[in-house]
Amino acid sequence: MASVKAVNVQLPSLPSGWSADKDFKPVGTLSPAIKRNLEPVGPHFLAHARRKRHNRTFSEDERIEAQQNVKKTEAEDDNEISEDEDPVMMTREAKDWKGQDHYAVLGLSKYRWRATPEQIRRAHRKKVLRHHPDKKAAMGQTDEDDRFFKCIQKATELLLDPVRRRQFDSVDEGAEVEPPSKSQIKKPSHFYKLWGAFFEAEARFSNKQPVPKLGDDNTPEAEVRAFYDFWYNFDSWRTFEYLNEDVPDDGESRDQKRHIEKKNANACRKRKTEDIVRLRSLIDQAAEQDERIKRFKQQARAGKDAKRKAKEEEAKRLQEEKERKKAEAEKAAKEAEEAAKAEREKNKKAKEAAKNAAKKNKRVLKSSVKDVNYFADGEASAAQVDSVLGDVELIQSKIDVDELAALAERLTLAGKDSNAVKTAYTEEAKRLAGAGKIKEGDAKFFV
Amino acid sequence: MGDANGASTEVERFAIGISFGNSSSSIARISPEGKAEVIANEEGDRQIPSVLSYIDGEEYHGTQAKAQLIRNSSNTIAYFRDYLGKDIKSIDPTPCHQSAHPQQSGSTVAFSVRDSASETPSTVTVSEVTTRHLRRLKQSATDFLGKEVNAAVITVPTDFTDAQREALTAAAKEAGLEVLQLISEPVAAVMAYDARPEATVTDKLVVVADLGGTRSDVAVIASRGGMYTVLATAHDYELGGASLDQIIIDHFAKEFIKKHKTDPREDARGLAKLKLEGEATRKALSLGTNAQLSIESLVDGIDYGSTINRTRFELLSGKVFSQFTGLIEQVVKKAELDLLDIDEVIFSGGASHTPKIAQLARNLFSEKTTILAPSTEVTSINPSELSARGAAFQASLVQEFDAEDVEQSIHPMVTVTPHLSKPIGVEFSSGTDTNFQPLLGAQTALPARRIAQYLAPKEGGDVLVRIAEGVREIKVTKPEPKAKEEKDEEDSDFDDSDDEEEETREVIWKVENPVAELAVKGVKPGGKVEVMVHVNPDLGLQIAVREVGGQTAVRGAINGSA
Repeated sequence: MASVKAVNVQLPSLPSGWSADKDFKPVGTLSPAIKRNLEPVGPHFLAHARRKRHNRTFSEDERIEAQQNVKKTEAEDDNEISEDEDPVMMTREAKDWKGQDHYAVLGLSKYRWRATPEQIRRAHRKKVLRHHPDKKAAMGQTDEDDRFFKCIQKATELLLDPVRRRQFDSVDEGAEVEPPSKSQIKKPSHFYKLWGAFFEAEARFSNKQPVPKLGDDNTPEAEVRAFYDFWYNFDSWRTFEYLNEDVPDDGESRDQKRHIEKKNANACRKRKTEDIVRLRSLIDQAAEQDERIKRFKQQARAGKDAKRKAKEEEAKRLQEEKERKKAEAEKAAKEAEEAAKAEREKNKKAKEAAKNAAKKNKRVLKSSVKDVNYFADGEASAAQVDSVLGDVELIQSKIDVDELAALAERLTLAGKDSNAVKTAYTEEAKRLAGAGKIKEGDAKFFV
Repeated sequence: MGDANGASTEVERFAIGISFGNSSSSIARISPEGKAEVIANEEGDRQIPSVLSYIDGEEYHGTQAKAQLIRNSSNTIAYFRDYLGKDIKSIDPTPCHQSAHPQQSGSTVAFSVRDSASETPSTVTVSEVTTRHLRRLKQSATDFLGKEVNAAVITVPTDFTDAQREALTAAAKEAGLEVLQLISEPVAAVMAYDARPEATVTDKLVVVADLGGTRSDVAVIASRGGMYTVLATAHDYELGGASLDQIIIDHFAKEFIKKHKTDPREDARGLAKLKLEGEATRKALSLGTNAQLSIESLVDGIDYGSTINRTRFELLSGKVFSQFTGLIEQVVKKAELDLLDIDEVIFSGGASHTPKIAQLARNLFSEKTTILAPSTEVTSINPSELSARGAAFQASLVQEFDAEDVEQSIHPMVTVTPHLSKPIGVEFSSGTDTNFQPLLGAQTALPARRIAQYLAPKEGGDVLVRIAEGVREIKVTKPEPKAKEEKDEEDSDFDDSDDEEEETREVIWKVENPVAELAVKGVKPGGKVEVMVHVNPDLGLQIAVREVGGQTAVRGAINGSA
């Protein structure tokens, strides 16, 4: 808005005789304005809208916007580098770079391995602005003390190389968190706090990200198990090359060089193995102190017991059921047998009675004809006796038990009345003939 | 959206720019490097035809749907943008002659298509069609960017009514897009150029010719200090790329009739095929000097193939071209301006690729005017992408704003501002003459402030700065009598640059109304004088003049009249 336009035209000189108060002379006014609609787009319109809504003039708006911008950069500065420099650190020699804390040199000790390359670059720039030897010379310190500047350069060079940065991070003591001892853990909450911090620090070496958290008392069992599984199968990029002895690079002592290289490699391997063992034992310790694991074990055991008990009870119940059923079946069988026996005896008696009755009736039949003297007046001839008895036999053989009883009764009532007896027999013979049990003419006498 | 950055549950707003056209649409965003880029959809198209087609309940979109205009025209919806928010009486259904026909449905327009697997057609309102279209565009952008797009700035023509704007906003909301702002197409095109990192803020008068597929809109825009004011617009609803396609269609149809004695235009499918291929041929002619057209089984199973060269096409379309230039002249006249006043002509829209149109404009305007079209300016942006880019730029600006903030900023309270009716400038001397140089152009929105440095007289000394209102006059000089008549069509050497410009016209500024005089004393030889003019909305003036490098400034104020 306020950019200055250079116009390549020449202004006229002041004509002689021109004068005005304070060199300013108003001559006229502007023509009336036209109201139009601005298109509400573009950054300049938005600036216009901002001015209009907040009633700011151009210069006010510029000042406020500029102030806001300044504030932002200052805030950034604040959280970047706020650390004071340790005087001991200032006196370090750059050639002892292995011993220096590179993050502290750049003022990033609260970020450490979390610092982004961008942060490192910015921190470097800030530090250089402050510690550049030329700057010191300009400020009057002429002792050519550029030691710390060299340290800064060394630290930046190392931290911006991803491989070398990892090597340093691997052995960065400032980022180390000591594992808690047993005596430190007086309450369960201490366990989560102290071991949690330890594992969080160790997690920076993990190839796999994100790393599961230790969690707290309420973490479900599956997550706790996953946590320990993860740590027992920990995949670490931690290396120990940073601690290597310097390899001489002059061509003369090649054997010496190889020897040191070999020694270094062995030392690295040994340290790596030691580190794995260390971590493993620490995980063991943590798992041992973890109340949750104990609780899960107890719960598991309790659960198992309950299951077993339930199973046994079930078996017992089934057994009892079986026995009960068996007893019931036996009892029923016995009862049925007895009933059948009684029935059989009863039937037997009835049959015998019926037999006796039939026998008696038959005797009645025989005696009835004998009592009426075989329907003969006087002495009965043998032939008549034979035919009468033959008919009686015939009737007897064809008649059933009930009819026999009825006939016997009738004959008993008839007594010695021969006519009545005869009628009874004749009717019986007819009835039987009618029923088709005897043939017409079978009975010879009772017709 | 009040606590957009406070609650984590609130979805972060991610906005793109959408150019929603009658024939095609584009989506664009600002890349992390700050450059506008137009996003290609799954098929690789950056100009996505605004067409939806349904086959067995399956929805096709873009180029695939456009191809269905031949075989499945009754279930294909095209050219629906202009129907949004209107009733059946006020629409022109001509463009839809070869696709699903618009019908009345309540107070809005609807289409009857079989959009599901069932046999019976269902009625789909134009809002619903728009929603489906925007949903597909949103999906394409989301897939491309790998991040859910949930807001957009959409461009609309300058004559879009409030009802249409509301309908579009509602349809977009239905599609899951929050409309941050609707901006007008020509302004988006200007902004697409101004948003380029190398662009500088200058005061200029711009003609934006948006030559679309079925309609053309031309607008005159005053760009003052990066703020835009539309001075005049002109619309032609029948002129566009389709008019040029028609010329090609007619040309080939005549050729076909000569050979085969049948008119392919009488067969619906033949016409649809010709239309689709003719459009492709016309686009090819914008790039090369020759273009082919080949259609299998155009009509009665006859395969047809032919070529056309650019010259023939340009000869045939002379009339249509003059309609385009006529529209541009008309709008400049409507804005009460002269062609010489125009600093820049921006060609936007698909038909702007046609080289001849830009060349005609080149001849129409003065040599100082920049013609921003692919054939006249190598650095020009693809005309089809302009409005989408402008929308994307605006989207990146207002993305962080609260909805309320946007609403307040685009409220008439803010947008309606007084504009200078006459330019304000400084009188200067050239040789013995006194002359006028405008510092604030006419149509500058107030309040405004400009600073400029002028040369002092070589010998130094006291300098007079006279602030005045100026007037622009056009000086016409006729070097020779009128040239001969226009050449007839047989002459293939179509060179009209020399026989139409018979007179030279130039702009001359004159002081009309002096406002104030200031004196700077004791300027060093070869020094410069800086003049700062601040105009209040009430037409009050604050003027400060000082020598560059000097400490003291001469100040003065003139009270406003209103």
